[in-house]
Amino acid sequence: MDLSAINPILFVAGFLVAATPLIFAALGELVVEKSGTLNLGVEGMMITGAICGFATAVETGSPLLGFAAAAVGGALLSLLFAFLTQIALANQVASGLALTLFGLGLSALLGQSYVGIKPPRLPDINFGPLADIPVIGPILFTHDIILYLGVALVAGVWATLKFTRAGLILRAVGESHDAAHALGYKVVRIRTLAIMFGGACAGLGGAYISLIRVPQWTEGMTAGVGWIALALVVFASWKPWRLLLGAYLFGGITQLQLNLQGAGVAIPVEYLAMSPYLITIIVLVILSRDKSAAPACLGRTFHASS
Amino acid sequence: MGIYMKLTTLLASAAVALGLATTGYADGHEKTKVGFVYVGPIGDGGWTYEHDKGRLAVEAEYGDKVETVFVESVAEGPDSERVMTQMALDGADVIFTTSFGYMDPTINVAAKFPDVKFEHATGYKRADNVSTYSARFYEGRAIQGHIAGSMTKSNIIGYIGSYPIPEVIRGINSAFIHARKVNPDVEFKIVWAYTWFDPAKEADAAKVLIEQGADVVLQHTDSTAPQAAAQEAGNVVTFGQASDMGQYAPFPRVSSIIDDWAPYYIARVGAVMDGTWESTDTWDGIGAGMVGIGEISDAVPAEVKEQALALKASLADGSYHAFTGPLKKQDGSDFLAEGETADDGTLAGMNFYVEGIEGDIPN
Repeated sequence: MDLSAINPILFVAGFLVAATPLIFAALGELVVEKSGTLNLGVEGMMITGAICGFATAVETGSPLLGFAAAAVGGALLSLLFAFLTQIALANQVASGLALTLFGLGLSALLGQSYVGIKPPRLPDINFGPLADIPVIGPILFTHDIILYLGVALVAGVWATLKFTRAGLILRAVGESHDAAHALGYKVVRIRTLAIMFGGACAGLGGAYISLIRVPQWTEGMTAGVGWIALALVVFASWKPWRLLLGAYLFGGITQLQLNLQGAGVAIPVEYLAMSPYLITIIVLVILSRDKSAAPACLGRTFHASS
Repeated sequence: MGIYMKLTTLLASAAVALGLATTGYADGHEKTKVGFVYVGPIGDGGWTYEHDKGRLAVEAEYGDKVETVFVESVAEGPDSERVMTQMALDGADVIFTTSFGYMDPTINVAAKFPDVKFEHATGYKRADNVSTYSARFYEGRAIQGHIAGSMTKSNIIGYIGSYPIPEVIRGINSAFIHARKVNPDVEFKIVWAYTWFDPAKEADAAKVLIEQGADVVLQHTDSTAPQAAAQEAGNVVTFGQASDMGQYAPFPRVSSIIDDWAPYYIARVGAVMDGTWESTDTWDGIGAGMVGIGEISDAVPAEVKEQALALKASLADGSYHAFTGPLKKQDGSDFLAEGETADDGTLAGMNFYVEGIEGDIPN
């Protein structure tokens, strides 16, 4: 056992990167669910974003354009879900599952000629002297812009939901779509916009895996992150800051257990391997003792005639 | 309005059904139907990719006489049992189940369909209608170990394990024995990913090993993600696993172990067609061509490459065995005496590290 082999600075910087795809995907789903819609297609939108972003970045040479394309790709795919559930009034669970299957297949098709290619690297932001601060500098100020965007987006969603009229309307639609409808709000339109926001975020999260975290394109490379994001939204009680905490906990413990394994710590590996799931759930369950409930209309179909 | 609603709802359910639909085919049954169950996607660039190449080779060989079906990304355990059952119900004549974790499900389903032949890769449980087959990947690991031990400067070799099963442990031991042979100071850092295919996690594992000083990373997981992570890091040597992964050559990927399943699949499907199929246990290595060694790139010093090729030749013609004594187990007890080689039974059930490897094997 050799704990000195673990470099705490690289470890923290590493888990910030590992948590970012999860933050994007879960945050998007949080907004979708706040509007009263349950989209189980996060995994499908992520993987579609992963290939849209990867292909665009490779073709244009610009990772930022890649991320933009990932957001657009995810949002476009989510429109399919919006059509099925908001216009055609199909079952949300089945439509979401279908979206995941469709996204996995579509991305495999789109990605056939991108296997084994190295994508252009998104440079880290140059913070000048800030990056030279001991410990804090290399941890906080040596990342790419998308990572900071993820944190900013958490703050933005939190502030929007809590302080703005738009946030109030979104929550109203999620809590009681009939009341919101009676007040004259366009329930279907608002939900569609929320679904598209969720799709764009999931797309960004997927592209963060294919462009930064791995970086390569492989079929099915999101490998279940979308499902973890869905669970995280529930365990975070639909609260953005808890979601951020949960994502960092999950990413942090995942990295930590790999580090501990490498250092040969005498904790049985099977416990280490399950620890991220266990600890994240325990912490968030304890935090949510205040009985924060799901949006009342979550998963319910709305039609103006009802 | 009513009609509109019905139409769109119908469309919606059709889209859902379409999305959920799996492979189906008409039942004419002149053709021999061959099913494949894969643990990862066929585009993983590694393990499943090579099995699917074998499937395509079967199609190319027999043309209209066969029909192949496959289901990819099937989780090990109960879910695989459902997939196999469906394949058997759909009229498959022979089903190849291509991951260790399909072992018990294969045996269970085979008992229910005595007329269907099953072929399980890398396992050890057989029945009248269940054969097993595997490749002696450990022979390739010996060559990797030799190159890795020769090329490491930090003397730390990182190893990404999937699950602690005999096949993986055998690979670790074989690589370690041959790395130590050329470099007595070499140390292995082993990280278990508990997955066959999860590119992000595999890349994270590679990064952690590199951060902890490894300048060679061996992997026993299926995607090329560790190669990408090593490429990003710069000065780290890797090896293609299960497939050539040649897109990362000449560096970081300096060589590879390639599984060539095509000849086996062609032979076995042929045996089903002409009625000569029998339950067998096949375990072939470099000599029989089931294990290939990908081109050793110029990043490897010439004399190391020469030694590696000599090692390959001796493994191929059987003049050298990758587990040749004197060897001790991790706990210091005797494993093989001077000149003794490990028998297949010991190798198939290997559940211990050899002397010198640190850490415990997870249960």
